Amino acid sequence: MTRFNAWNVIKNGFNGNSGWSRQWRDPEPKASYDAVIVGGGLHGLATAYYLAKNHNMHNVAVLEKGWIGGGNAGRNTTIVRSNYMMPGNREFYEHTLRLWENLSHDLNYNVMFSQRSHVLLINNPGALDSFARRYNTMRLTGSDGELWDLNKLKNKIPHLNYDNGRFPILGAIVQPRAGNARHDSAVWGYARAADSLGVDILQNCEVTGVTRKNGSIESLQTTRGDIKGKKIGFAVAGHTSVLWQMAELGNLPIESHKLQAFVTEAVKPLLDCVLIYAPAGAAHFYISQTNKGSMVFGGELDWYKSYAQRGNLPTVKENGEGAMAIMPCLGKLRLLRHWAGVMDMSMDGSFFMCKTPVENLYLNAGWNYGGFKASPASGWYFADLIANERPHKVIANHNLERFEKGINIDESGSGPDPKMHG
Amino acid sequence: MIIIKCPYCGDRDHSEFSYGSDASIVYPSLDAPEKDWVEAVFFRENIKGIQRETWQHSNGCRMWLEVERSTITHEIKSVKPCHTQLQKVFEK
Repeated sequence: MTRFNAWNVIKNGFNGNSGWSRQWRDPEPKASYDAVIVGGGLHGLATAYYLAKNHNMHNVAVLEKGWIGGGNAGRNTTIVRSNYMMPGNREFYEHTLRLWENLSHDLNYNVMFSQRSHVLLINNPGALDSFARRYNTMRLTGSDGELWDLNKLKNKIPHLNYDNGRFPILGAIVQPRAGNARHDSAVWGYARAADSLGVDILQNCEVTGVTRKNGSIESLQTTRGDIKGKKIGFAVAGHTSVLWQMAELGNLPIESHKLQAFVTEAVKPLLDCVLIYAPAGAAHFYISQTNKGSMVFGGELDWYKSYAQRGNLPTVKENGEGAMAIMPCLGKLRLLRHWAGVMDMSMDGSFFMCKTPVENLYLNAGWNYGGFKASPASGWYFADLIANERPHKVIANHNLERFEKGINIDESGSGPDPKMHG
Repeated sequence: MIIIKCPYCGDRDHSEFSYGSDASIVYPSLDAPEKDWVEAVFFRENIKGIQRETWQHSNGCRMWLEVERSTITHEIKSVKPCHTQLQKVFEK
């Protein structure tokens, strides 16, 4: 792998860019590995990278049924933030934000992380109190948060619809260090960095069966032959239940729902932050502008369980209404694309990263809306779990037993209904 | 749009309905072991395929319905009232 640096860029500028090597190999599967990660999305690739980098495990494979980054890694709105309040989540997401801050240097790959701030509009006094509490709690763990009054907000973003009688804008709660990253770059950066440390990335390699023996998983049947792993990690997001049942492990506190997102045609610079408009009970809408100029936005789930990677029309309308409510200037923009990702919505809105009833199997799932931003820390802690065979204290409660113990990690307080944790 | 055939109102867009949840959940008796309650409240089969689920015709007749639907294609196989007495009425 040729490193990206100024010298190589200049050198290749003179030789017609013929000096670059391919970014990652396309190896044939070996019969066995020290660790096999199922799922070649951001979480799986990041896990493999940190296994190699932090824990000196290089005989590692990542199995991906399609192409890497072809699932939810390419079906999100690329928002990175750490405004979580519950113990465990708070430290975890702050850690992920810190990893994002240095990720381009760490991976030697520009992930285009732009800390353009995450601006959450406040529409009633109750929300103001609740968010002031939340962001103050975050600040206690070393994160950042600011409260903007209406004057400051109007100064920063003058072109919002401030003339909303039903849901007036009172101000905003802001995380300045939050922002966006480029999703493909993060996938390719992790793949390239993991590959250079010896990780085999096996694409078009779908797991079709799981062979268990004496309380552990002996091998995985895949479309590219049987693969053995001393340790196995599942990181397959919306399809976790399918794989879990393939291993005959029963039910999970997860439902798969779909979440849509939308991209408009490109326009000149219009919005230099991630903007959230979410008056309780009325709307849920988030929007940002890509480096190419397209407006990327999304909202609620489609409200019914689904494994289909395509969305339904009422949600398109709702998102359009959200856009028009807050930024009427978007009204004449045309949509270029929209898509739906299959979310692994959990029973309390928080993730699972834990050991399982099977001795050598580790679970990484239940990311709800938050999978993209979480991926660096997800890889970091999952690698730590797999290598050390014990959960780090930050994720000590992110296990499948937390419900029977009554330690639900429910940020929104919505109770055990997965679709409510958006 | 998914079209759900409400037994009382006929074919309607799914935006008139509210999705409930998995209809296969059977709550245990009140004195059942805690483990059974944890399983019923928090754990789901999360079927990829044909699932029995509940919907309420909330912007219509407000009847709770049991729907068999594919979670892959959204194709609906059957719709009937959840209430067993109502089922008998609509079977006639």
